[in-house]
Amino acid sequence: MKITEKKILSEAGGTRIIQLKVASAPIASKVKPGQFIVLMVTEKGERIPLTVVDKDKERGTVTLIFQEVGLTTKLLGRLNKGDCLFALVGPLGHPTEIKNYGKVILVGGGVGIAEIFPVAKALKEEKNSLTTIIGARSKELLILEKELKNFSDEFYITTDDGSSGKKGFTTDILKELLSQGNYDLVYAVGPIPMMKKAALVTKDIKVKTLVSLNPLMVDATGMCGVCRVTVGGEVKFSCVDGPEFDAHLVDWDELAKRNRIYEAKEKHLCNLYKL
Amino acid sequence: MIKQPIKIKELSSSERITNFSEVISGYTEEEAIKEAKRCLQCKNPTCIPGCPVGIDIKKFIYQITEKDYKGAYFTIREKNNFPSICGRVCPAEYQCRKACVMSKKGLPFASPQAINIHFLERFAGDYGMKKNLVAPSNKDKKLSHFKVAVVGSGPAGLCAAGELARVGIKLVIFESLHRPGGVLRYGIPSFRLPRDILDFEIDYLKELGVEIVTNFIIGRLKALEELLTEGFSAVFLGLGAGTPAFLGIPGENLCNVYSANEFLTRVNLMSAYKFPEYHTPINIGKHIIVIGGGNTAMDAARVALRLQKINGISPHTTILYRRTEVEMPARRLEIDHAKEEGIKFNFLVQPQELLGDEQGYVQKIKCLKCSLGEVDSSGRRRSVPIEGSDFEVDCDLAIIAIGLKANKILTSVTPALETDNYGDLIVSPETMQTSVNRVYAGGDIVGGEGTVIEAMGMAKKASQAIIDCLSK
Repeated sequence: MKITEKKILSEAGGTRIIQLKVASAPIASKVKPGQFIVLMVTEKGERIPLTVVDKDKERGTVTLIFQEVGLTTKLLGRLNKGDCLFALVGPLGHPTEIKNYGKVILVGGGVGIAEIFPVAKALKEEKNSLTTIIGARSKELLILEKELKNFSDEFYITTDDGSSGKKGFTTDILKELLSQGNYDLVYAVGPIPMMKKAALVTKDIKVKTLVSLNPLMVDATGMCGVCRVTVGGEVKFSCVDGPEFDAHLVDWDELAKRNRIYEAKEKHLCNLYKL
Repeated sequence: MIKQPIKIKELSSSERITNFSEVISGYTEEEAIKEAKRCLQCKNPTCIPGCPVGIDIKKFIYQITEKDYKGAYFTIREKNNFPSICGRVCPAEYQCRKACVMSKKGLPFASPQAINIHFLERFAGDYGMKKNLVAPSNKDKKLSHFKVAVVGSGPAGLCAAGELARVGIKLVIFESLHRPGGVLRYGIPSFRLPRDILDFEIDYLKELGVEIVTNFIIGRLKALEELLTEGFSAVFLGLGAGTPAFLGIPGENLCNVYSANEFLTRVNLMSAYKFPEYHTPINIGKHIIVIGGGNTAMDAARVALRLQKINGISPHTTILYRRTEVEMPARRLEIDHAKEEGIKFNFLVQPQELLGDEQGYVQKIKCLKCSLGEVDSSGRRRSVPIEGSDFEVDCDLAIIAIGLKANKILTSVTPALETDNYGDLIVSPETMQTSVNRVYAGGDIVGGEGTVIEAMGMAKKASQAIIDCLSK
């Protein structure tokens, strides 16, 4: 649970995206692409889930990437090399089904770019043809550009302000690509509006689309049910049934609303702790 | 002449709803002796078969009358590892006290005249804890080179660990959460079970040499097979009933609709009642509705009411239950405490739908009135919804407390473990061995939701089978 490396990947307008490597040989040896961990920064802290972006079996570390949003991620961002987490548990959730799908489009938005990285890496090993689209608000917030480009046969960047790549959204490129060619799978991770849009774009043309959801969690072992999402009319626990689901079946509006349950309390915490 | 039962001292209801301190303060020595002396010392005691683990109740009560508290403690310890815990959480009014000859017959639970066996057990248990009485360990050199893994640190797991460590077996408990105790930690509120009691029992296990590994999920970080091939001679699974059931009605995923497990975990395990000092948030409503009639529903309602009080909201928490008070599976003591604290009860009500506002927050619950029908398979009269009796209740926070199902995190990745239709483990009733050789189980993962004492009974049986197997 000791932090062995810290890197600030981006910093813009008060928003930081940080990469940590954390020592946990057992998790590093077991974790598969698509899985996540739950951590606590301090004894008084929350339990928050984070996708495992990469692992180093030999060094026994896992790589986590997060954006400082609420108190917990801000406290996590204050930790330095050598500091210890209070708790770290995983791997959690189902791994991504890694196989040769054929032609795959990966879409990553914001810090979601980090979450497509392990899937991209594994899908490339299975000799899929990869088209990667990454997007962020501005150039400074783009992460893992070089790393993802390495795995990708085609690579696109979008920014909201046009400071890098094409001005606009990742889903604009997605739509364009799908209108020009056939693809076997779309894998999208990012903010809910982005994933919802991606699902909309691929639904009519019936391209299988997977998303990795980010609902609130506490234990993340199926015990509390806070992460329940409606998928195809059925209630699923994202922590044990997911976190990946068929994008066309997810009730996005419900998820978006549920994710805002503690927004006011979160703001209050940050103000109180002056973070 | 039958003497009146000795009342137990409790915090006043107005005081207790302002905090999470223990409600019941326990008998003094004098009170305990008086209550113990009410026991008729029956020639053929009916209370003992009423106890799921067969504690020699007659004997320990007699020992209390003789001021032999140490003796009383060890009499209980022969069958029950955690008297201080069971004395607080055992549903005695459905078990030993119901079987007591002093209790009126024909009731679904004990009448007040029954001997307060649970309070006496608690007295003896707390005496043992205060005096640091340690059940004699009986280390067997032949067993000391064996290592056994216990998965889950709830009542079953803690009990099995103690039983096995006492004979000298090296014990490792694997717990998925960051603190041990299972449902005793995340489920039962501290006003029913103070955490120093739980910590005392856990510390005692550590003194016995038991290693507790938290943040470790068997089935994820290590497979069951790996435990068996990596040096563990046997495994005990005390996985618990860890998955909340929902009603399956529209609106259950609205914001501010909690499972009781989530609500209680946030408060009990994550200390959300100390927000913002602790960072885990919890929302509190003005009209809190708890759906269900078991102990979990009582716990959730009483926690909710305390949160309202602590946060300056006028307490308004209501329990909706589809049958009547008589059929409620909750302990009578908890129902009484809930009533005293101001929890409202709305019986013969079946929720149909949760209705929300534009932001997706629950606002009302649409319900049907019910009547009582024939006795069903549970032995209680079933509730029959009355058509056309629709009505709505205000609700800005709902807690669903209608039961728990098996957690499948381990069984789903271990096909060799045979489960029943409910996802519970199938075991041999004599040994508690599962379908996998050298793997035993007990507690709620066997046979569904039960009590702490039942879980311990199973754990003891399994532990003995493990000892027998390793001694061969």
